Amino acid sequence: MAENVLEIKDLKAYYKILKGDVKALDGVTFNLKRGEILGIAGESGCGKSTLASTLILRKPPLKYISGEAKLLGTDIMKLSEKKFKKFRLKNISIIPQYALDAFSPTKKIKIFIADLVREHGIRPNRKFFKKVEERLEMINLDPSALDRYSIELSGGMKQRMIMIISTILDPDFIIADEITSALDVSSQRFVANMLVKLRDERITGSAIFITHDLSILYQIAERIMIMYAGHFAEIGPTDEIVSNPRHPYTQALIASLPRVGIQYKENRLSGIKGTPPHLLNIGEGCRFRFRCPYQTSKCEETPQREKITDIHFVSCWHWKDIFNETKNSGGEQDGE
Amino acid sequence: MENKCIMQVEHLTKVFTSGIIAGEKTVAVKDVSFKMDQGKVISLIGESGSGKTTIGRIILKLLKPTEGKLYYNGEDITNINSKQEKKEYYKKVQAIFQDPFSSFNPLFRIDRIFNMVFSSFMKDVKDRKTLIEQSLESVNLNPKRILNKFPHQLSGGQLQRLLIARALLLDVDILIADELISMLDASTRIGVLNLLVELCKKNGMTVLFITHDLNLGYYISDTTLIMYKGRLVERGDTKKIYKNPVHPYTKMLFESVPEIGNKWDKEELFLPETVIQDVKKFYQTNSEQGFKEVEPDHMVLFSD
Repeated sequence: MAENVLEIKDLKAYYKILKGDVKALDGVTFNLKRGEILGIAGESGCGKSTLASTLILRKPPLKYISGEAKLLGTDIMKLSEKKFKKFRLKNISIIPQYALDAFSPTKKIKIFIADLVREHGIRPNRKFFKKVEERLEMINLDPSALDRYSIELSGGMKQRMIMIISTILDPDFIIADEITSALDVSSQRFVANMLVKLRDERITGSAIFITHDLSILYQIAERIMIMYAGHFAEIGPTDEIVSNPRHPYTQALIASLPRVGIQYKENRLSGIKGTPPHLLNIGEGCRFRFRCPYQTSKCEETPQREKITDIHFVSCWHWKDIFNETKNSGGEQDGE
Repeated sequence: MENKCIMQVEHLTKVFTSGIIAGEKTVAVKDVSFKMDQGKVISLIGESGSGKTTIGRIILKLLKPTEGKLYYNGEDITNINSKQEKKEYYKKVQAIFQDPFSSFNPLFRIDRIFNMVFSSFMKDVKDRKTLIEQSLESVNLNPKRILNKFPHQLSGGQLQRLLIARALLLDVDILIADELISMLDASTRIGVLNLLVELCKKNGMTVLFITHDLNLGYYISDTTLIMYKGRLVERGDTKKIYKNPVHPYTKMLFESVPEIGNKWDKEELFLPETVIQDVKKFYQTNSEQGFKEVEPDHMVLFSD
């Protein structure tokens, strides 16, 4: 069980533009075990989608700078595009954010799928489509949907269809990038559960679930990684992150979540003041320091990744002090 | 009387006709009635296609209802049409939309955008500058740093607050917030939301908060309206509805909300399609008819 599908070490990828470098992904380290669902959360511009593009799309202006990303032992960052192509869809695959626009509007879905797999050297014969139909039944879509055009499907149906297409070659590792964000709450739950089901039935290996919605991650992820402005902030088991966050950003993020049972009239939530920094030519230092209540001069240096337990890591200079402080104040966020 | 009704919507129906000859009809809103009391926050919750935005647009007089009446302050405003009357109406009823990035003219600086409010609504106001500065300060923006900027130079949270400030320049009675903060990040959205409610309470404004996020709806609203396929299926006091949902659609909605501290049952395959059958069955099997009260201040639709 402990085998790692993906090992990422100090990965850096910048957007090269005329004015300089946008340091969107700056030193991220984590690994993904076989069969695990890892949630990555953070607000826009935190580098979560950049991470996905670095791993799979690798298109300019995004440029790989340094670090390692080992997929099944091979460093995919060092591979040429031609060699990497063999990995796509079979070993690594992505369920894109804008599934609603991912289809070709002029092709029937069946033709679209056939073209796609032919690219990867698989003949779209009857046997192949039998498999597609089985998968569709699993997600409660009628196989006749294959003979339709994408505009004839609803948003939730398109998202499910894309999930099936992305996982049709049983990839070892799949990235789900904001797959629930454009959906209604009722479809959200189904799609999120599907990701778990695909994993349980061993159709996909491991998964990274990228979202800004912590409450969905709480439902399906085994571990959660929090990112802020291109930096790694915290990683740990889901329950630990939610009930016992150590990084000040994670704490503020969780405290600002509205939930049923909290009303404005009785209990005012507080947001985080300010906005994330601009990442163009950003220098050293903790990137959360501009909004952090615990900021000191020490924070001018980039914090190291520190170990709390064997599975819980944080990158903040002051996590110990903050932890002691919140403990002494009796833990303000008592659940109901 | 303490609860003064400021806006009343009665039996609102809107049918869209598409196609020139055949005329395919889509019923977007069907027989919706509710009241908005002064100084209250009312949340209108529903999925995409449930008709919630259509209701907002009808109240804003951007769409004409097929049937039904609108009363503002006891006056029938369903048929006001002339430019002059509408302008008077817009001085009191304003809206903020979802996408702050496309709500401003990209070629104008912020000060010009604000000045336009005066030139179109309040020509005779002299002290424009102080009024603009006051409204910007009330949404925690620094006028000196904001006014000479173009919209693209500001962040989403700042633009959203500008939208609120612009609406506040006029002394509005009703503010319609359509998916106001869906585009914002978790850390900034609560700030904007708190600000909105605070200002409303201070100025005695009524807010119609259109959203699909149940948690947010619970957080800010006094009254909740739940829409399903153009029908108002449940209406009443927010706490009562969340505590005791009756309509199968409302129940389904609450079950599908991801909530921290309360994990989903993974075994249960949660299919959004099944709710259609559930609702049908609910309408057929219960003995009640129409829109009935189940407890004080809690109404449920029992038949289609």
